[in-house]
Amino acid sequence: MFFFNVSEAQSGPDSAKQDASKINPSDLILEHIANGHEFEFFTFHGRVASIPLPVILYSPQRGWASFSASHFQHGAAAYDGYRVLTEEYINENHLDVKNYRAGLVVAVDADGKIDPSVKVYDFSIGRNVVQMLITAILLIWVMGSVAKKYKTGVGVKSAPTGVQGVIEPIVVFLRDEVGKVNLGDRYERYMPFLLTVFFFILINALVGLIPGTANVVGNIAFTGALGILAFIVIMISTGRHYWLHIVNPPVPLGVKPIMIPVEILGIFTKPFALIIRLFANMISGHIIILSFIILIFVFGAMNTALGWGTSPFFILLAVFIYLIELLVAFIQAYIFANLTAVFVGLAFEGGHEEGHGHEHATEAAII
Amino acid sequence: MTLMTILLDVAQPGYGAIGAGFAAIGAGIGIGLVGKGAVEGIARQPEASNDIRANMILAAALVEGVALLAAVAGLLAVFK
Repeated sequence: MFFFNVSEAQSGPDSAKQDASKINPSDLILEHIANGHEFEFFTFHGRVASIPLPVILYSPQRGWASFSASHFQHGAAAYDGYRVLTEEYINENHLDVKNYRAGLVVAVDADGKIDPSVKVYDFSIGRNVVQMLITAILLIWVMGSVAKKYKTGVGVKSAPTGVQGVIEPIVVFLRDEVGKVNLGDRYERYMPFLLTVFFFILINALVGLIPGTANVVGNIAFTGALGILAFIVIMISTGRHYWLHIVNPPVPLGVKPIMIPVEILGIFTKPFALIIRLFANMISGHIIILSFIILIFVFGAMNTALGWGTSPFFILLAVFIYLIELLVAFIQAYIFANLTAVFVGLAFEGGHEEGHGHEHATEAAII
Repeated sequence: MTLMTILLDVAQPGYGAIGAGFAAIGAGIGIGLVGKGAVEGIARQPEASNDIRANMILAAALVEGVALLAAVAGLLAVFK
């Protein structure tokens, strides 16, 4: 069970509606899917159980500062001239919501008032970075040991054993269905990138489903970085024919003025769609699960019996969505790798190589 | 006349939610058509089931990507 901080009811003319829901669902959801300076697990009788992470700040006026996030005391105190904002602080001091949001670190002067003239750059090791590091270490360790096992001959001369039994079908599937089909003869150069992207997205998504961990894949910066990497890989693999087809598409003369801007836009929309697709899929899954759990507390605030009564129903729904999210994690990782391979294949010769790839696949099937 | 006043009464974030709902309709129709074609293809030729499944997932992901673009736009409207 998750315990949440219940925020103060706002004073207003329609107090009846406000009293019914002292819990602010959208703030709670945003707090859980955003990056943060500590791993927060639950709140018990007003005390928060959390793992604080290092806060690393740089200000052109003040220089570097690094300390543990526990000094912030979950937004209640300022430390070393900095303060992390919370929803209550923003509401109490009526700060401009466009510039100040929960989780932002701002500089405060000696009196404790926010100093807007001091720019703060937040380089903290937050939840997302810690989880990405854990995933990276896990992947390097598991894949490294599996690769060493293959080097000594286990799984090559004899049947695969242990973790090889899990990794080998996935890698063979990606090599055959994603690499060879889309990239033809040149698939070997791209397999490391495709496999890395697939496993990194998959393991981060699966770890992110565990309660208490961070929402890494549902972060636009994470998917944006992967999309930019895919864009770079696609651009590296382009050939002369690709650019000739962009500026001179093989379409009738009347359609050419329309097709050329479309083709040029298409260079950028393909990685952009990759980014948005992965981001929106993962974040929508997290939001749905969080909404069901928060609904229990919303009902509980209205009527304690109602909260307890509806909770089994909502928890079952949340478990059902969890199972769907497991499937979505696999599918989205596969789709990202597959579409990157498709776009790289398109970039090779501008589409003329498509027949070659399929011929190889059907030849292999017949043999 | 009254419909206009009702529409104008909706706060800005509400339109984001309506837009996201339309995106869900688009995604449902699109992926439903992809699934229909895939299932019919498998019914005609069960041996091609693996190839058809791979292409179905690819096409469904592309359709869903576009629909999620609209859902993200709705989400931005709600949370800004």
